[in-house]
Amino acid sequence: MTDAQPEPRQESQPVPQRWTDRRWRVVVISLVPVLLLAALLGFGLGRNPRATPQAQLIGKPAPDFALKDMHTGKTVHLSDFRGHPVVLNFWASWCVDCSVEHPNLVGAWQRFGNEGTVFLSVLYQDTPAGAAGFCSKGVVCEWPDLYDPGGRTALNYGVTGVPETVFITPDGRIAAKQISVASYPLIERRIHQMAGERA
Amino acid sequence: MASVIGTFALFLALAVAAYGAVASFVGARSRNALMVESARTTAWSLTALVLIANVTMLVAILANDFSLRYVAENSSRETPTFFKVLALWSADQGSLLLWNLVLSGYLLAVAIRFRRRRPETFPWALGVMYVVSAFYLLLVTVATHPFGTLARAPRDGRGPLPLLQNHPLMAAHPPMLYLGFIGMTVPFAFGMAALFTGRLSDQWIRITRRWTMFAWVCLTAGLFLGSLWSYSVLGWGGYWAWDPVENIALLPWLASTAFLHSVMVQERRGMLKVWNLSLIVATFGLTVFGTFLTRGSILSSVHSFAQSAVGPMYLAFLLIVLCAGFGLIAARSKQLAGESHIDRLVSREGVFLGNNILLAALTFTVLIGTVFPLLNEALTGTKVSVGGPYFDRTAAPVMLLLLFLMGIGPLLPWRVGSARYLLQRLKWPVWAGALTIAGMVVTGVRHWAAVAAFGLAAFVGVATIVEMARGVRAQRRAFGGGVARSAFGAVSRNRRLYGGLVAHLGLVIVIVAITWSSTYASQKEVTLARGASTSFAGYELKYTGAAVRPEPQRTVFVATLQIIKDGRTVGVLIPSLNFYPSSQDPIGTPSISKGTPFNGFHDLYASLQTLAKKGTSATFRMFSNPGVMWLWVGGAVIVLGGIIALWPVRRRPPGAVPDVATTASEEPDRVEAEVTA
Amino acid sequence: MAVGIAVAALVAVAARGSAGPPTLQERVHDIAEGLRCPVCQNLSVADSPSRLAQQMRADIALRLRQGQTGQQIDAFFTAKYGRWILLSPAAGGIGLFAWFAPVLAVAAGAGLAWTIVRRKRRLAVAGVDGVDEMDDVAPVDDADSPKLTDSERREIQREIDRLDTDE
Repeated sequence: MTDAQPEPRQESQPVPQRWTDRRWRVVVISLVPVLLLAALLGFGLGRNPRATPQAQLIGKPAPDFALKDMHTGKTVHLSDFRGHPVVLNFWASWCVDCSVEHPNLVGAWQRFGNEGTVFLSVLYQDTPAGAAGFCSKGVVCEWPDLYDPGGRTALNYGVTGVPETVFITPDGRIAAKQISVASYPLIERRIHQMAGERA
Repeated sequence: MASVIGTFALFLALAVAAYGAVASFVGARSRNALMVESARTTAWSLTALVLIANVTMLVAILANDFSLRYVAENSSRETPTFFKVLALWSADQGSLLLWNLVLSGYLLAVAIRFRRRRPETFPWALGVMYVVSAFYLLLVTVATHPFGTLARAPRDGRGPLPLLQNHPLMAAHPPMLYLGFIGMTVPFAFGMAALFTGRLSDQWIRITRRWTMFAWVCLTAGLFLGSLWSYSVLGWGGYWAWDPVENIALLPWLASTAFLHSVMVQERRGMLKVWNLSLIVATFGLTVFGTFLTRGSILSSVHSFAQSAVGPMYLAFLLIVLCAGFGLIAARSKQLAGESHIDRLVSREGVFLGNNILLAALTFTVLIGTVFPLLNEALTGTKVSVGGPYFDRTAAPVMLLLLFLMGIGPLLPWRVGSARYLLQRLKWPVWAGALTIAGMVVTGVRHWAAVAAFGLAAFVGVATIVEMARGVRAQRRAFGGGVARSAFGAVSRNRRLYGGLVAHLGLVIVIVAITWSSTYASQKEVTLARGASTSFAGYELKYTGAAVRPEPQRTVFVATLQIIKDGRTVGVLIPSLNFYPSSQDPIGTPSISKGTPFNGFHDLYASLQTLAKKGTSATFRMFSNPGVMWLWVGGAVIVLGGIIALWPVRRRPPGAVPDVATTASEEPDRVEAEVTA
Repeated sequence: MAVGIAVAALVAVAARGSAGPPTLQERVHDIAEGLRCPVCQNLSVADSPSRLAQQMRADIALRLRQGQTGQQIDAFFTAKYGRWILLSPAAGGIGLFAWFAPVLAVAAGAGLAWTIVRRKRRLAVAGVDGVDEMDDVAPVDDADSPKLTDSERREIQREIDRLDTDE
C-alpha cells in the first residue's frame, strides 16, 4: 500500500524476512484495535450479564403507596410507618423461591416484629385467591399482605421478579434491596444497619 | 459406556487434529510431500472420530441414557423422537459437538477436493484448518465435557428447553447457520496460507470462491430461517429484535457480503489485496466472536447458553486469530500493493469500493451497538441497553445508500463509466422510482421513510430487471431461440453475474417486505369472553372457546379465534399455550393466517397470553403484519441467486481447460479463471 | 424530470407531515418500543408478551392519560430501573460515539479510499505505475473522438460493456 513501485511477480521471489523497525511499527499499530477489543471482552468476562442494576434506588425516598391488606381489608399506607424500619417483601404464591424464603421472614418477624420493625408483603402478579391458598397451608401469614392490582407499586420499586425485598429506613429512604431469596442473617444484618443509622 | 466412547473419541480426535496441524506445517515448510499427504489423509480419521462422538451422543439420547448429564438435562422419555434428534444441538455442549462435526466435514471436503491438484498454499491452509479444529476439540474435551456423567442416573430427563422443542424449524436453522459460520474457515485458511507463503495474487481467492459462496448461501439461509423461526415461535409478532445473537449472525454475513464483492475487484483489477485479506480475517474473527458472545456469557440474549468456563478460551483464540491475521497482513503490506488503480469513481470498481465502505460501516455500526453496553460499563460503570431504536435509526440510512449503489453498480462497466452513460441507462429505473414515489404520495401515504424506501426499491428492482433483460436480449440476438432458452443460455454463460442480479432482486424484495411490514403493522391486546368478538385490521375476530390437548411431553391449551369478514367466516386462528413439566411458565405458540394476494398479503397473527377460568375468557395479542411473507420469499430468492452463482459450470472435455487448482504456477490464467468463475 | 417528480413528492410528504394525531395506543406503543422489558432478553416492552411488560404498557397508558409526556415516562422508568431500561444510547457523552459510529465509519472509509485513489492516480499520471491503462478503452463522453456519431458511440460503448459484464 505504501509502496508505489509495481510488484512484478512477487510470487516468484523468496519472501523477504527482514523485520525492520518500520515493519514492526506497522504490525503493532494494526494490532492496537485488536488488543482494545480483547481488553473490552476480557472485562465482559468478569461480569454477570443478567444482573439488573439496582443502584438507582438506593438512598432514594421510598415511594408511598395505598394498598389493601388482604387479611383485614384495610388500606395500608407506607407513610403510616414513618419512624419505623420497614421490610417490604414482594412475593407470589406461584414462586418456588418465595416459599423457600418465607421461613426466614417469619423468623425475622418473630425476632424484630416486637421491636418496632414493620413487615409488609406485596403480592406480585398473583391473585388474592392464590395468596389465600398459600396461607391456608399452616403457613404463618401474620403481617399485612398487600394486594397490588396492576403491579404499579412493584413498578415504583423497580421490581423485576419475586422474591425481592426492600429495606426502608425509619425516615423513609430505601436502604437496600435484595434480589432473590433473603436469608435470615441478611435480613438481621439489614435491620441492624437501619437501626444503627437511626442511632 | 457412551461416556467412555464419546470422551475417548474426542480426545483421540484432538490428538489427531494436533498431529494434522504439525504434519501440515512441517510438511509444507520442508516440502515433504509424504508428510503433507499423511496430514491430508488424517482428515479421514479426524472426521470419523468426531462422527463417532456425535453418533454416540445421538444414540445415548435416543436410548434415554440418562446417566449422561447432557441427556438428562436436554431430553426425556416423553420427548418425541424428532425433537430428541434436535436435542443434539439444543444446548451448549451438544451444539459444540455438531460444530466440530461440521468443521471436520469441511476439513475433509478440502482434503478430498485437493487430493490430486495441490496449489502451494494447500498444506498451509490444511494446517490452519487443523489448528482451528484442534481449538474447538480442545473446548469440548477440556471445557464443556459433553459426555459428563451423573453419579446416579435419574429415572427421567428434564427434556429440551420448551422454546427449542416447539417448532420443526429448529431442525434446519442452527445447522444452516453452522454451515455458514464454519464454512468461512476455508477462505480464511487459504488467505492465511497465502500470507504464510507469500503467494499473494488472487489465487487464494479463486481457489476458495465457491467455498465462500457456499458458506455465504448457508449463512443467508440460516439467517432467514432464524427470522422465520422467531416469527413462528416467539409470539411477539416480529421476526428480528436486534438481539445480540441475531447481530452476531448478521455481522459475518455483512463482512462476507463485502468480501464477495470486493474480491471481484481484485480478480479483475488486482486491487484491494490488503482489504480482501482483512475482510476474510474479520469475517472469520466475527464468527469466533459470535460464538464467544453466545457461549461465553458476555451479553444477555435470548440464546445465551448456560454459563460455562469456555469464555477465556474463546477470548484467547480470538486474540490469536486476529493478531495472526492482521499482524501478518501488516507485515506483508509492502508486497500487497495494488497492481493498478481506480481510473474513475464512476465505474464498477468504484461502486464496489463504495459498497464495501458502506458494508464495512454497517458492520462497524452493528458491532458497536452490540458491544456498546460493555463499552459503556467499562468506561462509566453504568449498565445500558442498546436495542431496536438505535439499530433502526443508524442502520437504515446506510442500508438505503447500499440499495442505491446496488441499483447502479451492475449497470456500470469496469474501469470507465461516465455520468452521461449512466443516466442514459438509468432512464427506466429512475422513472419507476419517481412514479412509485409520486403514486404513493398521491394515494395519501405519509411515512416519508417508507415512501423513500419503496421508491428506491422500485428504482433498483427495475434497474436489475432491465439489466437481466438486456443480457437475455443480447443472447437472443447472438444465438436465436426462445426467450426461456435465451435466458437459460445467458445465465449459464455467466452464472456469477446473473446469480448476483438475482440475489440483488431478492434483497430488493426483502427491503420492501421490511419496510412494508414495519410501517403498516398494527397490534392489539384484548381480553375476550367466550363468544365475544373484537374488530381488528378490517376483520371481526371471535373467541369461540378453548380446548385442552394432552400430549405426551406437554399439555396444550388451544384457543380458537374465528376470522370473520363481512359476516362470513374466512378462517380460524388457533394460538395455544403449552405447559411443559420442566418449566413454570407456559410457552405460547402463535397462530398465523398467512396473507394472500386477495387481502393485500396481510398476515393475521395471534398469540394467546392467558386463559382465565377454564377458558371462559382469554387474553390475546393480535398482530396485522402486511407484506411480511415477502421477507422469506426475498430470502429464498437471495439464496437462489447464490446457488446460481455457485452452480458448477459444466466442464468442457478433459484437457480443454485446466483445473483452477493446477494453476499453482505464478501466472494466473485469466481466461481459465473466468471460465471456472 | 423523473428525479424532479420524486423530489417534489418527497418534499410534499415532508411538508404535510403525518396524518392526524396518534391514538393513545400508538403513543403507548411508541414509548414502549424504546423501553427494555426488564425480565426479557432484549425484547422491548412493546414487543414482549411477558406479564411485567403488559403491566408496564398499562402503566404507560395511565400516565399518558394523566397528561405525562413521553420524556417524563422515560424518566420515571429510568429512576426505577436505571439507564439500562432505555434501549437507545444517551444522546451525549460516550453515547454520541455510538450514534455517530456509522457516520464516522463512512467518513473514515471514504477518506482512506479517496487518499489512496488520489495518490495512485497521481503516480499513474506521473508514469510511475508503468502501465498506461487510460488509452485502451475510451469512455463514451470522450471528447477526443468527435468523428463518431452518437449512435456509433453508444454502439461501441455497448460492445465494450458487453465484453466487460459478460466476463
